[in-house]
Amino acid sequence: MEEPLDEFAIRVRDLVVGFGRQTVLDHLSLDVRRGEILGLVGASGGGKSVLMRTIIGLIPRRSGTIEVMGQASNGHGGGAATAWGILFQQGALFSSLTVRQNVQFPLRENLVLSQELMDEMAIAKLEMVGLRAEDADKYPAELSGGMTKRVALARALALDPPILFLDEPTSGLDPIAAGDFDALIKTLQKTLELTVFMVTHDLASLTTVCDRVAALADGKIVAIGPMRELLQSEHPWVRAYFHGKRSQMLQHEMR
Amino acid sequence: MNHEPLLRATPSGDELKLRPEGPWTAANVVTLETLSRSVGADVDRSRVVTLDMSGISALDTLGAWVLEKLSRRAASSGRSAEFVGVADHFSGLMDEVRQVNRHTPAPAAALNPVLARLGDLGKSTVGAREDITIFLQMLGALFMAVIGVLRRPPSLRLTSLVYQLYRIGWQAIPIVTLITFLIGAIIAQQGFFHFRRFGAESYTVDMVGILVLRELGVLIVAIMVAGRSGSAYTAELGSMKMREEIDALSTMGLDPVDVLILPRVAALVIALPILTFIGSIAALYGGGLVAQFYGDMGPAIYIARLHEAITVTHFEVGILKAPFMALVIGIVACSEGLRVKGSAESLGRQTTTSVVKSIFLVIVLDGLFAVFFASIGM
Repeated sequence: MEEPLDEFAIRVRDLVVGFGRQTVLDHLSLDVRRGEILGLVGASGGGKSVLMRTIIGLIPRRSGTIEVMGQASNGHGGGAATAWGILFQQGALFSSLTVRQNVQFPLRENLVLSQELMDEMAIAKLEMVGLRAEDADKYPAELSGGMTKRVALARALALDPPILFLDEPTSGLDPIAAGDFDALIKTLQKTLELTVFMVTHDLASLTTVCDRVAALADGKIVAIGPMRELLQSEHPWVRAYFHGKRSQMLQHEMR
Repeated sequence: MNHEPLLRATPSGDELKLRPEGPWTAANVVTLETLSRSVGADVDRSRVVTLDMSGISALDTLGAWVLEKLSRRAASSGRSAEFVGVADHFSGLMDEVRQVNRHTPAPAAALNPVLARLGDLGKSTVGAREDITIFLQMLGALFMAVIGVLRRPPSLRLTSLVYQLYRIGWQAIPIVTLITFLIGAIIAQQGFFHFRRFGAESYTVDMVGILVLRELGVLIVAIMVAGRSGSAYTAELGSMKMREEIDALSTMGLDPVDVLILPRVAALVIALPILTFIGSIAALYGGGLVAQFYGDMGPAIYIARLHEAITVTHFEVGILKAPFMALVIGIVACSEGLRVKGSAESLGRQTTTSVVKSIFLVIVLDGLFAVFFASIGM
């Protein structure tokens, strides 16, 4: 077996991204280890989604390098669905296709396989994300928020990509659904040995599922490490984020 | 280290030993399907099937499922199948795949095609009745809004009205003028070309004048406005509905009909006659130019012939229809906008419906007016 040598799934070095005269990411460096769940926190509008979209290749960068699974990304255009799966914030399901067709879409576009196997794979993926085969013929407009996210996750995982990007996976879900979704991500990450890069504001997700948390402020990663270490961080923004009134209350409950 | 998946089958009596090797991943799906099909017959013949997983170098959900499917096939009808030598880091995935596709949902009962057709017909009949109801409701709501404004004139949304007039009236002038000019020119050219054969060229002017003023001017302009402004109304109101802006308006104690719909429909009712007038003049001008350059008829003669051919009645017949057509376009566009549901798809569908329906109704209305004017002798 050829085990890749490097232990990092994503390596970002000196990344600069800006729009017009505004610089959003300023010489940012970040490593995501293989098989970990990394949570990214940051102020609203502070560049979390920009960082994710730049890694995926949706936003051009000014300078810096990005390596994904040991291969330098050229920085334009999205990669193939085999390289990574992406769960967009609103799900981004194709509204004219049924749930089944949505999940089959990456399979159909990337592989040559029989309709029978494709149908079985779609149902298998749907069941793995906790949906039932009966939901397969629904259209995205008929799904609840939690189901939409699950279908989107099934589609993201259709080709068993090694890396999964999640953009605020639990936003808009009630605490029960959010908790279930967190557990689902954790389970899938273990079974499929995924590397998960998660942009989130959900302190509960950060505490329960993330192996490490990175804090993005002023266009840089100002702190990175397990949640415990971040809570000790001296950086003013990180302190404000984790020791604000809301956060304190939550962490108190969790202890 | 091989890069092609393999499946070694070793039959011994009732037993079959299968040993998959190499990368069983989605990238090799064609090979995997062929492999699993090739051992199908052997699997069906054997009573005990053992799957030795120790040779697998890479496994993903698809590969795991293909193997699981083989084992399910082998385990059917009282026979047995088992996995041996599953590597630790694949066991989670294999366990997961064991759970899936266990029950197939009952397929939806196929409906008798004749009954399905009848059902569709019934649905569209009910739908048509609903359309009429909505149209009448909107007409009534608009009527009430107009009465409200007449009672208390300051409650008219003047800014909004003027803005809509600017958008659908003023900004539409160039394109309306251009199209009607071309239509007038084309009719005149056809008239000269065909009437020339029996020496009736001078009647081309009668045809152009009467046709443009009575029918074509108003019809072309109404169809263009339905496509240009009606669709814009539907899309605007629809996206406002989608983003709950209309609900927000209602909760503030404001009637969306007063605030959004009345100014829009009123602007259409005011603008369409004006656009019709401009359009008709442009069409007559286009006809005049063709008369001069193609029909060898100077402007003076053209105008003199026009003077004889048309009366104010022709003009009245055309212009009287305009506000009614505007009302129909406005009501259809606004009510379709309010019927938009949550998704972007429904916005697109309602916009299309709005344009198709308003153009259809404009033409039907034109036919009714033709009957009406004929019977009162106009």
